[in-house]
Order: sequence, then structure tokens, then C-alpha cells
Amino acid sequence: MIGERGQGAAHLARTAVLVIVAALWLGPYAWMTVTSLKTLPEILRAPAYPLPQAVQLGAYREVLTTVPVGRYLLTSLAAAIAIALLQIALALPAGYALAKLRFAGRGAAFGLVLACLLIPAQVTFVPVFTLLGAAGLVNTFAALVLPFGVSALGTFLVRQALLSVPDEIIEAARMDGASELRIIYGILAPMLRPTLAALFLFSFVFHYNDYFWPLVMTTDDEVRTLPLAVALLREQGTGVRWHVVMAGNVILSLPVLALFAVAQRHILRAVTARV
Amino acid sequence: MNPRHAWHPYALLLPTAIFLGVFFLLPLAIAAKDSLYAWDLLTPPVWVGLDNYRALFRSGELVGTLARTLGYSAVVVLLSGALGLLLAVTLDRPGKVFAFVRGAVFSAYVVSWVAVALLWMLILDPDGILSAALRAIGLPGRAWLADPATALWALAGVSVWKITGYAMVIFLAGLQDIPRSLYEAAALDGAGPLRRFRHVTWPLLRPTVAFVTTTSLILSFQAFDVVRVMTQGGPVRSTTIFVYAIYEHIFMNLRVGRASALCIVFFFLLLALTAIQLRVMRGAAPREHARSRAR
Repeated sequence: MIGERGQGAAHLARTAVLVIVAALWLGPYAWMTVTSLKTLPEILRAPAYPLPQAVQLGAYREVLTTVPVGRYLLTSLAAAIAIALLQIALALPAGYALAKLRFAGRGAAFGLVLACLLIPAQVTFVPVFTLLGAAGLVNTFAALVLPFGVSALGTFLVRQALLSVPDEIIEAARMDGASELRIIYGILAPMLRPTLAALFLFSFVFHYNDYFWPLVMTTDDEVRTLPLAVALLREQGTGVRWHVVMAGNVILSLPVLALFAVAQRHILRAVTARV
Repeated sequence: MNPRHAWHPYALLLPTAIFLGVFFLLPLAIAAKDSLYAWDLLTPPVWVGLDNYRALFRSGELVGTLARTLGYSAVVVLLSGALGLLLAVTLDRPGKVFAFVRGAVFSAYVVSWVAVALLWMLILDPDGILSAALRAIGLPGRAWLADPATALWALAGVSVWKITGYAMVIFLAGLQDIPRSLYEAAALDGAGPLRRFRHVTWPLLRPTVAFVTTTSLILSFQAFDVVRVMTQGGPVRSTTIFVYAIYEHIFMNLRVGRASALCIVFFFLLLALTAIQLRVMRGAAPREHARSRAR
């Protein structure tokens, strides 16, 4: 209607941005995949040639035979799922007490949760490492999971979500004789499903991807996670075998990208939740 | 509501309190204590008072590390914020193509830092595709990661690629809160796209800008993976930013005291950043803000 010319220019600009952006963000994924399908001589001969001579799965075979990918993947998945579930299981009762119950010290307890939001793993890992060492827990699955058993952010978000649940629902459940735990896990948790789903996915993705914590807390193959193994692919041996590293990269990224494709909405909700 | 029994709230909070105590508050106290000792994890700790802090300061390590961290963070925050805003405004359209491109940009934020770091090492390799492309148009290729003058900026560039999607989705959420009627009114007044951005979008999006800036600043201060995988702090320490410096002290030099002192300094830096964030955000909860302005 108004400003036809401006709109035409805007349309052109937008199309240009679309093409450039798609190339900038999808190009690297494409390059990773293409490289993983090449052979080493091919890469050395023409490092920048875009297409493989033939689709070669040799790099994937090499990753799968030299690295126990299955076990690493399992450790990564188990740790990430355990952390996400534990965080939700503990955030629910704490959030319920903070949002719904009147008691002496509530303000202080809430303040404590908020204060812990300010303490990232990068500040605590040195003493946690020595603490876990003293307890003989370095190099165990527990060292990967327990330090993240409570998420201050998760507790905070569950409390916020519970604030908007009417008290009458809880009162009615109490009249029916439901125990507090039954109210929390049986009645309130299902009502909070969107919040909990967002929390689970956010936590899962973060800890599946995490490199820092497993790196400093484990040296033992039994409990090492997939990101560590893939990063090691590059450091091993002489000369970088890029096709193998990229095959590892594809294996590492695929589960998260697949999850992202099906649950983008929930992940976005967790990311855009404002404290 | 009143609890059924006075002890209920405490019992419900107990597990959370234990975890927060053991893994957040106690470690902070231990780090503060350890920072006053010299300890190599093998022999007993020796009390040294504030020597660890003094040494960090005198050797210039603290200032150097801080300068590198600030430089890296400034580039990451400014570029990812500007790009994220540009993309949010351009891609805030209905339709599958736009949704797909938005998803593509945001996917980089979801993929692990390790995967992103390795991928960009391949691209930035002196024999890699970027150098080849530059040579093809007559520019010299470079070993960006091996050159102390460029390594930190290469890491910053990779980080921008990774987190621009974060800035974009926050800006997209902020844009949802701006009433369409304001744009229509501005269009009726004859305002073109640039003027609509300047007079409608930008003022209403300012609280979101503050939020994105401060959160991504805190995020980039905590960067580690990208350094560990791509450069290990080198060449000649040019990419040794804060968290990597802490890591190096404890795991390569076995200096728990020095590492703890850095942890404590780092904690207070983050605290200061958060204080700034709260100050900027106060009274500017984006949603309410946008609505009250619209009325």
C-alpha cells in the first residue's frame, strides 16, 4: 500500500539475507558431512574440492572400530538424562515449598537459590574436584551427575510456574486426603508439563554437549563421554585425519540436531525464559 | 498457604539445600580458603596469605588474562548481538522458508562447542577451504589459529557463529511483544522500514538489547571449550582467557592455590557483571515495558 518502492527494496534485501545466512550457517554442516565421506588421500590432494570422488564410509568404520563410540554415547546419554530427571525431581518439592507454603525462613531459602544462580561450574570446579577426590568419587558416573543434581535455574523456574497455579487446587487435593508428595508429583507436575519439558530438554542438551566438566572430572575410559572422545580423535597420532574427525563430529552432533528438529518449540521456550 | 505440618517445607527443601550447599556454597568457601595456600595436591598445603593474589597481579598474568577475556567478549557480544538483531528483524516473517533459516541459525547454539570448534578448525586450516577460497580471489590464505595476532579473533569469530542464534531468538521473542498497530500507525505516517526500525522497533526493544548484551557477556566470560579444543591457550598464550587460565594452573601446573585465587577473582567479576545486568534490567521487564509504552 504505502511505500511500494521501500517494500520492493526490503524484499530484495531480505532475499539476499536469506541466501547468505543459509549459506553461512548450513555450509559448515555440509562441509563437515562431505569431508566425513572422503578418504585421506583425497583430502590431502585437494583439501578444498567440494565433492567426494565416491561416498566412502571408511571414516565412520574407522571411528567405530578405534573408539568405543557405543559406550561413550551411552555414558553421555545416561548422564544427561540422569541430570535432567534429578533436577526436575528435586526442583518440584523445593519449588512447591517456595511458591506455596508459608514458613519461617522462606525469603532466606529463596535468596539462597538465587545466590547459587551466580556461581557457575567454572568457579566451583577446582574445590569440587578436590572434594570428590577426597571422597574417592573422581572418575565415577556420580562425579558427572551429582554436582548438577540441583539446578538453581530449574528450581527458580518451577517456583515461578507454580505461583500461577491456584491454591484451591491444592486445598481440594488436601481435602481428598492426598499426601503432599502425591500433590507435588501426581497433581502439580502434570500441570507444569510445558515448563518441565522445556527444563528437561534444555538440561539434557547442555549436559550431553558438556565438555568442560567430564574433561576435568574423569580420566578413565569407563566414564568418559562422547564429546571428549571426539575431541581426542583430532589429538591422536600424527597429522590430522580430518575425515575421521568429521565422522566423529557427525556422530556427536546428529542426536542433538535430531532432537532439535522435533522439539525446537520446547527448547526455544527454555532458552527465552527470562529470570 | 499454611503447611500441613510445620516441618514439611523444610523437609521439601532439604535435598535442594544439601546439593546447593555441597556443590555451590561450600566449594566457594573452599576456593576462598585454598587461595591463601600454596598446594600442589601432593604435599600438604602451606599458608601463604595473599601471595597468590600478589603473584597473579605482579606477574601481569591477571591483567593480561583479563584484557584477553575482555577483548574476546567484546567482539563476541557486539557482533553476535548486532547480527542477531539484524537476523531477527529480517527473519521475523511467517512462512516455512523463514522458519527453516531461523532454525538453521539457532541450531549452531544447540550443537556442542566441541563439534563447532572441530568443524571450524577444519575450515580455518591453512590448507583448508577458507584459505583456498581467499587464494582463489587473490588474497593470501593464513594460519589464523597459529598466529598470535589472529588466534583470539578467530576464536571470537567462531563463537559469534555459535551464539548469534541465541541473540536472534531472544530478539524474536522481544519483537513479538511490539504491537503491530504501532507499525501500521508509523506506516500511515509515511515512515519507511528504516525509520520504523529507528522509531518503533529500537526504542521498544532496548530492554531486550540490555538483556541479550549482559547474558551473552556472562556467557562469553565463561568460554572454555573453544579454547581447549582449538588452541590450548596458545600460540604464546594469546588465547589464554580466564577459565582456561584456571584450568592450566590446576591441571598442568598443579597449583591449586593460584587456580583458586583466579577462581575467586573470576567469581567477583561475574558478580559485578550480574550487578550491572540487574541495574540495567531493573524496572525494564521487557514484556510489561513494551505493553505500557504501547498503551
